[in-house]
Amino acid sequence: MKISAIITLKKDVLDPQGKVIHQALDGMGFKNVNEVRQGKYFEIDVNEDDPKKAEDLVESMCKKLLANLVIENYKIIETQ
Amino acid sequence: MKSSVITFPGSNCDRDMDVALKNFGFKNKMVWHNDNELPKSDLVVLPGGFSYGDYLRCGSMAAKSKIMQSVINFAKSGGLVMGICNGFQILVESGLVPGVLLRNKYLEFICKNVFVRIENKDNPYFKNLDKEVFEFHIAHNEGNYFCTNDQLKEIEDNNQIAIYYCSVSGKTDEKHNPNGSLKNIAGIFNKEKNVLGMMPHPERMIEESLSGEDGSLFFKNLLNNIR
Repeated sequence: MKISAIITLKKDVLDPQGKVIHQALDGMGFKNVNEVRQGKYFEIDVNEDDPKKAEDLVESMCKKLLANLVIENYKIIETQ
Repeated sequence: MKSSVITFPGSNCDRDMDVALKNFGFKNKMVWHNDNELPKSDLVVLPGGFSYGDYLRCGSMAAKSKIMQSVINFAKSGGLVMGICNGFQILVESGLVPGVLLRNKYLEFICKNVFVRIENKDNPYFKNLDKEVFEFHIAHNEGNYFCTNDQLKEIEDNNQIAIYYCSVSGKTDEKHNPNGSLKNIAGIFNKEKNVLGMMPHPERMIEESLSGEDGSLFFKNLLNNIR
């Protein structure tokens, strides 16, 4: 079963890369952007058919390795 | 005095550290990241570099490598563990010191000499040093120290800030903050002060003819403190 996880920076954490992307977009003519925040996306294929168990497994991965909870949040999405 | 330097895949300051430690009288051993046991050591050093290619987050993969469980146990039992640069990133990722190291504020890799001020000498690393401001070298892309407000309060209450980026006279202000670090923080202790993480490289300042001698002062003093 494939489970996806999205890692985003917490609200108060500075994201200089997002800022530069925002500026580039602005320079390209995308004038109505308020803010850009860059994150990470993981697609994990786990050997598990029970969606709940698969999500729990990926959640544990997020907590232990994929996200640093001091600065990042994670969100789990069941894909298939 | 015995020391161990851990080599991770992608470490590149491990041999510099080996040279520095031996130069000042440590009997140093190099330890591979995939080993389970630390040799008997008075000091364990996590060196600078780009462990695991800085994949995911700097230091995050190295923090989960086999040897780190022994390093964590060694630190928890009071052993001296020092992380320099990437080693500092590994320490924060393994939870041995609080906070995180973010991408430098102005998105540039910084490679230059800086001045740092030692704030707190009540610890085995800086005790007996007879000056406060040192010139060290920094070379990093992710050295922007950050922590939550609660963590900052705890760090300050426990005197855990080890060194600050500063001017030659010791002034800490925005102008002398190379990477955007919170409060100009360049290095942090754990609560017990046996674990030190810092971005500057003292091992690059041990030859008068090449770089200056402030690293020599640091290592000589450290050896005497441990002895």
